[in-house]
Amino acid sequence: MRHHAVPVLVVLAVVVVLWYAGALLLNFDVARNLADENATTWDIAAATMSQGRPVLPAPHQVATELFESVFMHPVNSPKSLVYHAAVTAFAAGVGFVFAFVLGIALAIGIVHVRTLERSLMLWIITSQTVPVLAIAPMVVVVLGNVGLTGLLPKALIAGYLSFFPISTGMVKGLRSPDPMQRDLMRTYSASGAQVFRKLRWPAAMAFLFPSLKVAATLALVGAIVAELPTGAQAGLGARLLTGSYYGQTQQIWAALIMASLLALLAVGVIDGARLAMLRARGGRL
Amino acid sequence: MSAGLGLLALALGGVLVLVLLARGPDRVSAVATPLAFGALVLAAWEVFCRGYGVPRILLPAPSAIAAAIARSLPVLAADFMQTVLRSVLPGWLIGCGAGLLAAIALDRSPFLRRGVLPLGSLASAMPIVGIAPIMVMWFGFDWQSKAAVVVVMTFFPMLINAVAGLDSTGAMERDLLRSYGASYPQSLLKLRLPNALPFIFNALKLNSTLALIGAIVAEFFGTPIVGMGFRISTEAARMNLDVVWAEIAMAAAVGSASFAALALVERAVTFWHPSFRS
Repeated sequence: MRHHAVPVLVVLAVVVVLWYAGALLLNFDVARNLADENATTWDIAAATMSQGRPVLPAPHQVATELFESVFMHPVNSPKSLVYHAAVTAFAAGVGFVFAFVLGIALAIGIVHVRTLERSLMLWIITSQTVPVLAIAPMVVVVLGNVGLTGLLPKALIAGYLSFFPISTGMVKGLRSPDPMQRDLMRTYSASGAQVFRKLRWPAAMAFLFPSLKVAATLALVGAIVAELPTGAQAGLGARLLTGSYYGQTQQIWAALIMASLLALLAVGVIDGARLAMLRARGGRL
Repeated sequence: MSAGLGLLALALGGVLVLVLLARGPDRVSAVATPLAFGALVLAAWEVFCRGYGVPRILLPAPSAIAAAIARSLPVLAADFMQTVLRSVLPGWLIGCGAGLLAAIALDRSPFLRRGVLPLGSLASAMPIVGIAPIMVMWFGFDWQSKAAVVVVMTFFPMLINAVAGLDSTGAMERDLLRSYGASYPQSLLKLRLPNALPFIFNALKLNSTLALIGAIVAEFFGTPIVGMGFRISTEAARMNLDVVWAEIAMAAAVGSASFAALALVERAVTFWHPSFRS
């Protein structure tokens, strides 16, 4: 960890410097047009750092916007970014749980039933090469027609997206015990259920956590994109959309950073679960 | 009632066929079973839609979708031009190329590598599509902004995979090249890059899907009146679901075709790799 700290900090510092430079360059034209005649170049440059709707908001502007929208409004008001983040995170979470249960169930089926494997595996793999996110607007509109709005369409899309990595990862994991180990179980005359509980399932855990991380990010992306087509009232996707309609760049950046923080939080939770399991198993996954 | 019976018969007969096919000889069943399953799903979908008179605005039947594809071929072609050829392709090429160059730079400098790699893997866990509205603001409504989103989305997977690939060379092989007195460019071109090819192709394939998603989602944020993402969102809002499904079918075909094409190129280029040697 220490080994990485200095280089990471240096790279981050370079990014921030470049960001400020970018803000100066990109906002300069607008600032010059807005400035009065006897403004010096220095004045204009200073103005690029504090515009209302900058082309590229400076890092401190984004930080201020983030701070204000997180801490300066009550959590349940639509002005609070925490509120929007919670709406999106909840939809993504519900979808993720769906996907978790279904993905694992399907993987178990595929590993044990040959017909399922032969019929489904190719389609599951193919579906990963397909931009499934494209169906989001349609799902939202169709479910809206039958009277389902709000959480459910978003959770469905989030779940649908995160389902595939979980099921493919688990199929790989449940198959990962090598023939020697399975032969050993056979010499113990273990039943199918015992092989599953004592060999396949524990072996699959090493594959489960990486796919869960991918799935969590996808669930979040799915929930955000599902908020776009209806012009949703709440959620990070809605913040992105209204921000882009009204040119509120700071709002977009704040929502983006919030989304990234959510993704990091999800990955962190999954890593925590992995570490807990690692410890419970004495350091081997 | 008759629709219910039809579905039931289809389900029972279909399961029987699938079970029989799955038990058949390996070479036949590996191809025939998934095809039969796909056909079964399409048939059940058609029977379901017709039998119960499902309204077009909820779920068009496969035949209606096929008709929509045939009817709107010029529109589909225009959308393909705009989204795939103008946005996805340049973005994918630039993003993958930049990722590869950055990976080589990281490979040369251990300091950069320690600094950038953790941030790169962080970035790949982030919902990068979210930058779409910003790119639309910067680069305008046309394909440039979509290509920009694609560049950013494809950069990090390529960076991480290519670094891992350049790293995968064994110490023995590196020592051998050193004993030949090979220069850095020589060892890069003759050993490290070829060795990294499987990783690079992995990223290329992954990125081909990501690029399509990026371009389509970016079109939801504003676009000229052409493009797959634009068509999907506007026709969905106008309840022309058969056209939406036609676009989705095209997106699926493009995604699978580019994946398959890359897999073929990979086979041809990395024929020496153990995973392709029988």
